[in-house]
Amino acid sequence: MTTPLQIGFIPLIDAAALIVAVEKGFTHTEGLDVQLVREVSWSNVRDKLNIGLFDAAHILAPVPIASSLGLGHIKVPIVVPLMLNLNGNAITVSAALHAAIMAEIDGDPLDPMATARTLSRVVATRRRSGGEPLTFGMTFPFSTHNYQLRFWMAAGGVDPDEDVRLVVLPPPFMVDSIAGGQIDGFCVGAPWNSIAVDRGVGRILHFGSDIMQRAAEKVLAVRQPWADKNPQPLAGLVRAVFQAAEFAEVPDNRNEIARILAKPEYIGVDAGVILRTLEGRLKIAPDGTIREGSRYMLFAREDASAPDSLQAAWLYAQMVRWRQTAMSVEALKAAQEVFRPDLYEAAFGRTGQPQAASRPIGAFAGPAFEPEKLDAYFAAIQVGQKKP
Amino acid sequence: MAAESSPKIAIVDESPIRAAILEEGLRDAGFTDVVRIDEMQSLLSRIYALDPDVIVIDLENPSRDILEQMFQVSRAVRRPVAMFVDQSDAASIQASVDAGVSAYIVDGLKKERLKPILDLCISRFNAFAKLQDELDRTKSALEDRKVIERAKGILMKLKGLSEDEAYVLLRSTAMREKKKIGEIAQSILTASELLK
Repeated sequence: MTTPLQIGFIPLIDAAALIVAVEKGFTHTEGLDVQLVREVSWSNVRDKLNIGLFDAAHILAPVPIASSLGLGHIKVPIVVPLMLNLNGNAITVSAALHAAIMAEIDGDPLDPMATARTLSRVVATRRRSGGEPLTFGMTFPFSTHNYQLRFWMAAGGVDPDEDVRLVVLPPPFMVDSIAGGQIDGFCVGAPWNSIAVDRGVGRILHFGSDIMQRAAEKVLAVRQPWADKNPQPLAGLVRAVFQAAEFAEVPDNRNEIARILAKPEYIGVDAGVILRTLEGRLKIAPDGTIREGSRYMLFAREDASAPDSLQAAWLYAQMVRWRQTAMSVEALKAAQEVFRPDLYEAAFGRTGQPQAASRPIGAFAGPAFEPEKLDAYFAAIQVGQKKP
Repeated sequence: MAAESSPKIAIVDESPIRAAILEEGLRDAGFTDVVRIDEMQSLLSRIYALDPDVIVIDLENPSRDILEQMFQVSRAVRRPVAMFVDQSDAASIQASVDAGVSAYIVDGLKKERLKPILDLCISRFNAFAKLQDELDRTKSALEDRKVIERAKGILMKLKGLSEDEAYVLLRSTAMREKKKIGEIAQSILTASELLK
């Protein structure tokens, strides 16, 4: 007997493992009849998952934590049995902002600390000359894009709430907005950075992996009661998507994956752009300059698929840092419990084992992140901790 | 805001017909202060300029995520906004997601006052979907009629039949093969195209 599942996704390259699991028949082999439903907003994905229209979803890593804690919306316990990918974002800036940063930079342009400090000087100059503050786009309040952008600029002394404007924009609107001059830069997932470069309206300043070595990006999310009631379909889904994630890591398979994702019912953009992203070879400037990043997007490599409570704690710490919630030890614990390595391990028949050791986030600035020492972590970070 | 004054409602919808239906429904129900926004560029600044008490948005609109930003406490947000429901009201969310509409309540308006607005939006959205459905069916019926006319013409020419005889042949074939008459007619067109 097959189990029908409705799974929501947003057309982004980091939905690859989920889409490939269905297209290559891995879910079918697990006895699952998956219907993928393309959505237009993260709010829709979240709401349809929360009320049970979707059994599972491709969603921004911070959203299940926000839902479980009841931040920004109704409180619904969500769990994460598998990470769909780590990393995969980039920060893109307009030609004008890029030129302003490069004219002032003192150091390696690939070093986020050097660019962030320069951004701080550009912001100060702008303020002195009475210019409008710089505006940056990101995809959702509870998104890694929001936190990466803030982490980067704050490290250089820019207060993201006071010195610049941050606005939410749906990914497909980013490119038009930077072209039209409504925004000066953005942080978004693939393929939108590449599309801005291809259209000649933006330059990729940093890969997300420059900011953090390992950042949870999209996750597979299900309602906790659903997970409790459906352990077999859940385990099958985890295995099928993991198999697809491993498939996506094999260089010989990338052409096939790019063709699948390019279909109009999935992402509907040029297969060549998708292929470059899968390879981690991105055109970063309209003149054709290519930059390679071996850690641009991780699907299954380096244990990327395994949920890690350290990642959940880091995301919670960002919510506290940027005043989306107040710090509490109970909420920290609840956030950590949203990411479920036990469900992941159980899918492969490994039960009752202690959780694998966490791997460091590897941020370019600040102290190493330790959930047990959050107070010290916040004390070491200057921007964002002043009381509102 | 005086308790009896009509709250200001902003409708964010890229479908002008549906927005008009919604606005009419709201006005009929006594909500006189209704503004439609169909331009998504600088949506947030439009909303700030209007300063509505309630925001209604269709769920197929990607700009919905932009509104989420208004839940955040930040300098850019003037009046905090919340979803239309309280924790206990799961049925309302279900009904509104099914209908494809969502509403946001801006700080200062009592939740009880939002409920009738939302209910009205849900029923109007459902009515619109039904209309759309009927329209699609009518269109496909018209399309069928054209195809049948052309298939009849081909049969008349090839087999020397009268118009009535051609139609009877189409209908009896459809019944025998348990297919729609439009499908049989379409296969005649396809076949004649191939045999040209």
